[in-house]
Amino acid sequence: MASPTDAPSAFAALKGTYKGVLKISLMLAATYLVAQSLSSWLPAADYRQFFGLSNRTTVWIVAELHLMFAAFVLGVPIFAVITELVGAVTKEKRYDDLAKEFTRLLAMAYTLTAVLGCVLLVLFVVLYPKLTGYLSGLFKPTWLVYLVLIFGEVIIAYLYWYSWDLLQGPRKKWHLLLGLLVNLWGTALLFVADIWVTFMMSPAGIDDAGKLTSLWAAINNPTWMPINIHRLLANVAFGGSIAAAYGAVRFLNAKTDEERARFDWMGYIGSFIAIAAFIPLPFAGYWLGREIYQFSQQMGVSMMGGSFAWLWILQAMLIGSLFLASNFYLWLGMGRIPGAERYVKFQIPMMILLTIGFIVWATPRSIIASGAEMSAMGGSHHPFLGLFGVMAAKNTAVNLMILTTFFSFMLYRRGNRVATVSWAAAGKIAQALAIAAAAGVVLGYGIYSYYVPSNIRIGFSVYQVSAVLAAMAVFVAIDIPLLKGAKEIGAIRWGQIPARAQYALFFLAISFTWLMGLMGYIRSGIRQYWHIYGRVADESVNAYTMTHGHATIIVSIITVIFFLLVSVVFWMASRNDPREAAK
Amino acid sequence: MQRWTLHIAVALWLSVLFGLKLGVRPPMPASVLMIYMTLTTIGILVFVAANEERFQAFLAPLKAVFAGRAPKAAQIAVLAGIPLLAGWGAWLRTAPSLDAPFEPRVVHPEPPTSFSSHGKRIDAATLKNPLRAAQEKNPAELEKLTQQGKTIYYQNCFFCHGDALAGDGHFANAFSPIPANFRDVGTISMLQESFVYWRVATGGPGLPKGATPWLSAMPVWQNFLSEDEIWKAILYIYAGSGSTPRTWDEEGGHEKH
Repeated sequence: MASPTDAPSAFAALKGTYKGVLKISLMLAATYLVAQSLSSWLPAADYRQFFGLSNRTTVWIVAELHLMFAAFVLGVPIFAVITELVGAVTKEKRYDDLAKEFTRLLAMAYTLTAVLGCVLLVLFVVLYPKLTGYLSGLFKPTWLVYLVLIFGEVIIAYLYWYSWDLLQGPRKKWHLLLGLLVNLWGTALLFVADIWVTFMMSPAGIDDAGKLTSLWAAINNPTWMPINIHRLLANVAFGGSIAAAYGAVRFLNAKTDEERARFDWMGYIGSFIAIAAFIPLPFAGYWLGREIYQFSQQMGVSMMGGSFAWLWILQAMLIGSLFLASNFYLWLGMGRIPGAERYVKFQIPMMILLTIGFIVWATPRSIIASGAEMSAMGGSHHPFLGLFGVMAAKNTAVNLMILTTFFSFMLYRRGNRVATVSWAAAGKIAQALAIAAAAGVVLGYGIYSYYVPSNIRIGFSVYQVSAVLAAMAVFVAIDIPLLKGAKEIGAIRWGQIPARAQYALFFLAISFTWLMGLMGYIRSGIRQYWHIYGRVADESVNAYTMTHGHATIIVSIITVIFFLLVSVVFWMASRNDPREAAK
Repeated sequence: MQRWTLHIAVALWLSVLFGLKLGVRPPMPASVLMIYMTLTTIGILVFVAANEERFQAFLAPLKAVFAGRAPKAAQIAVLAGIPLLAGWGAWLRTAPSLDAPFEPRVVHPEPPTSFSSHGKRIDAATLKNPLRAAQEKNPAELEKLTQQGKTIYYQNCFFCHGDALAGDGHFANAFSPIPANFRDVGTISMLQESFVYWRVATGGPGLPKGATPWLSAMPVWQNFLSEDEIWKAILYIYAGSGSTPRTWDEEGGHEKH
């Protein structure tokens, strides 16, 4: 895809969009033809293998890759348009450039998403003909909506990209409107795709014979909305982390200080977006988990306490590492902010809190112990460590880690500024009190929850989350007027950051990707031997839960393939960079 | 102070290690200690590397050793220490042990969708304690049923699960794993009564293959107790341990499917 800067005219924008529509039409037509001809050519079967490869693994890999690219292309426009809006409001061109830089990444990613989606569709039809037949029969109207949405998304997204330079100045509002539409369309696409996947987990709206009784009930099944929200937030976090990794690649390859400064800033904004969207994610996940438990205790127990429980320790390890990495990046970044050395003293208590929080979060409920260790403990539970294994401790730990990371961000933000308002001291005390109060509520409820039954305990997590969110809101509400007209100690020296900070950004991107693969496996795996939970059984040879080792290797393979493809996207994006071309 | 960064980091690491090893009683299993020490190591290293001056101060003694600028004794200690530590680690991993192998276990085995009890097929998702209904209408009646449950508990369950319902009955130590401690916040208070009914009615043999190895000496109580008796015993183990069963009803949300 060419850069919109080639010829900023309405004709060029329409031509680019027309090409995009033509491309997707050809792809869909080819998919239809291939799927149809393979279906009629192959002998009838309920399941088919893929050239000797397991049909489950094949579909798993392609579906996850499709999902990752889809997450990226749906997540990036959300913050691209917000960045663009910031640029329009503040009249700072660098924000507009950054938004365009983000959008540049999308062009190739859209094509890859579409190709993977088409391959996935063919695989569904060919490898799981019976199940696909049943599901497409049930959800026929949603497929039609999906098709319309795909074309709508393609048209608007291409127009958004190609009209960037055309719709500047007084016409900017129209471009922002296009950006908004891209997001609305994208969100609708996500919600429709979630219908099918959530129906398989928590089917509703069908009778005992599997016949549809209410399409709306099937759509609005118990896990649909929690997954919609969870994925929406995760897409932004994921997109931000990949955009930050792009910034890191360009930073490390930069030849000039100007380039280094530009991509250092891009990496920072990307990671900021990733972490900001990541903070509410555990709560959305908690809602989803609760709905799963409520729908089926069996599925809930398998997920959290049963055969999938150990994968949550891996998840805790990854998320804890994400917190450490983001603080690490911010603290290193403070090295390029004159005046930020005032806040270095906070790093010791913050690191202690983060490490202890991480330790509590990673404490397994089912401890692996030898016979001698078990008899020393007096059973399979440790009387002291057992306290850390339950959700009460983990919720407390994660909330404190979130609060600490938020505090890091705030210190970073005021790194080079000195408040000059008359009430500065009082304001800072109020901010400290807000943080202390939230920490007190989180800890207090955390300890109290050991003394109450589980149905009351579940409610406590809401108070903990609310306290953290309220403290953040109060802090920011004070911070904005507090730093208004603040004295600047010196300008941020963008570009002057050690290279290892960029590797922290890679770490964020890889961890997010691996985490997505892992969580996706757990979500899908807890259906165990069901295609559609409790309704349509998996009658193939794959109706078993694989070992954690096997499953995580597949997740790792998916992550590696994804990053190989992403490097192509990065390469294409930097090739399309007009500044790069000028060189 | 900054020039001692490496020394402080090593001293901190060692004090955490010995603190966890000697300060936690009963001793923590090696698997948990490893997780804790890995995270402590990561925490220390991330902290050290998060500030350029601190990082350079941390590296300086190491650079001095490997560039041959440090005192001879320090060079010998480091260069001999690394292979010795690696060798010791290898020995610890490979040395023969009389200990039984590790058994990764899950806390709660997953309940089946349906199971057989007293000759009937029971749907686990819709199963509720029929006696619990008395709770709202007639608390005195519930108390009476709970007391009957207590008798049943003492006649049948007490020998393993103990007087205080803490999994420490007379026979408890004959089993590995020991019987469930109902006072632990992570056991019955985490579960719906339908789960507990399934475990009691079908016992060890009713455990799913998916959650193996799941050793349980629990008898199949449906062979000895009626449905009512099992529900009464369940009423008692919740009341007696001061816990309440997990329910969703209080929280609203979706109806049961």
